[in-house]
Amino acid sequence: MAEQRKAVALISGGLDSMLAAKAMLEQGIRVEGINFFTGFCVEGHTHAIRRQDAAKPKRNNALWVAEQLGIKLHIVDVIEEYKDVVLNPKHGYGANLNPCLDCKIFMVHKALEWIDAHGFDFIITGEVVGQRPMSQRKDTMPVVARESGAEDRLVRPLCAQNLPATLPEREGWIDRERMYGFSGRSRKPQMALAKQYGFTEWAQPAGGCCFLTDEQYAHKLADFWQGRGERRYELDDIMLLKVGRHLRPRPHFKMIIGREEGENNFLEGYRKQFVHLRALSLEGPLALIDGHVDDSDLELAARLVCRFGKGRDAERVQVVITDLHGETRVMDVAPLSADDVPQAWYL
Amino acid sequence: MSEHELDARNLLCPLPVIRTQDAVKKLQPGDRLHVHCTDPGALHDIPTWCRINGHGVGDIVQQGREIVITVQVVAGED
Repeated sequence: MAEQRKAVALISGGLDSMLAAKAMLEQGIRVEGINFFTGFCVEGHTHAIRRQDAAKPKRNNALWVAEQLGIKLHIVDVIEEYKDVVLNPKHGYGANLNPCLDCKIFMVHKALEWIDAHGFDFIITGEVVGQRPMSQRKDTMPVVARESGAEDRLVRPLCAQNLPATLPEREGWIDRERMYGFSGRSRKPQMALAKQYGFTEWAQPAGGCCFLTDEQYAHKLADFWQGRGERRYELDDIMLLKVGRHLRPRPHFKMIIGREEGENNFLEGYRKQFVHLRALSLEGPLALIDGHVDDSDLELAARLVCRFGKGRDAERVQVVITDLHGETRVMDVAPLSADDVPQAWYL
Repeated sequence: MSEHELDARNLLCPLPVIRTQDAVKKLQPGDRLHVHCTDPGALHDIPTWCRINGHGVGDIVQQGREIVITVQVVAGED
């Protein structure tokens, strides 16, 4: 009896990687999934934080896909290693701060390390030629195979018939004729294949699965680097960019202001790391200050935070300010009017 | 069999799952891991992770914002 071959599938939680893994399961390959957590993954964080989204289903789509397929899933924390991909992408950025080609190379390389460590034979991805402008083009897909080191141990079942034969095909572990020749941006072939496999539900992440492709998020990240005077980040920094209103009233400080109770609760967890303020006499949001501030900055920040609370139309509001040592003081201020808050302050 | 605690409070999905996965790797079959979290996504994700990896799910207790999920370690992790 022939040895059962083993493959690891990069599972994003979307339809394509689900179909690619399924296509290999159908050929008798033992498939396990792998999912990399970079810190920039969308995965419903905002929904998890915001109270108004409490009724929306919260699930990790990669785990959900693995359960539908009946395969194991290994979620790997690559936060530290991924920083170099974001900060120094050899192939540059896409439309925003998305280093898509370097990201794909990185992930396939990590999968290669994993299969070598666990005695697996090859790697599966859900890539489709021509589907994405940076990482899934006819000229860049060989770059992923080459620069990741995976070479011909990288199988893309959805478009395999458009690509040179891989090692598993040449060795007869898998049948090229039972893979596919999808290309381009149309989703119709994937929908038809999903129907054929009996899948009736799959995740359709709006705007992709990575915050770095989001224009507003990328703007906030670029501002963060400029404000700190250096291009580096920690996980907490990039998580905070997903939460609240971000305003920069002065070049040397910005404010993160909760938009509702869930966000205020989340920001509470960070308050000891920041000077923070909240209206005392009338209900209002929690605001964190990122930067070094003097008394005039604090007065401006206090007036600004009132703008987003119930005291916005009051003549005066008392705001409690807590410094980094936990010392508090109360400031009595006039809330800024809408006209006093230039659009340019919003990040 | 021994009892273990994991503090995954204030972490957002999938970090509570990753911390659970890493903690379970160090445990023995029969051990129980009580995972403390605040992300409501953990209510779905940790039991799903347990099912697909062959572990059991014990009590799930929710008190205010905090959720405690008990993982019953069944198989040795690869």
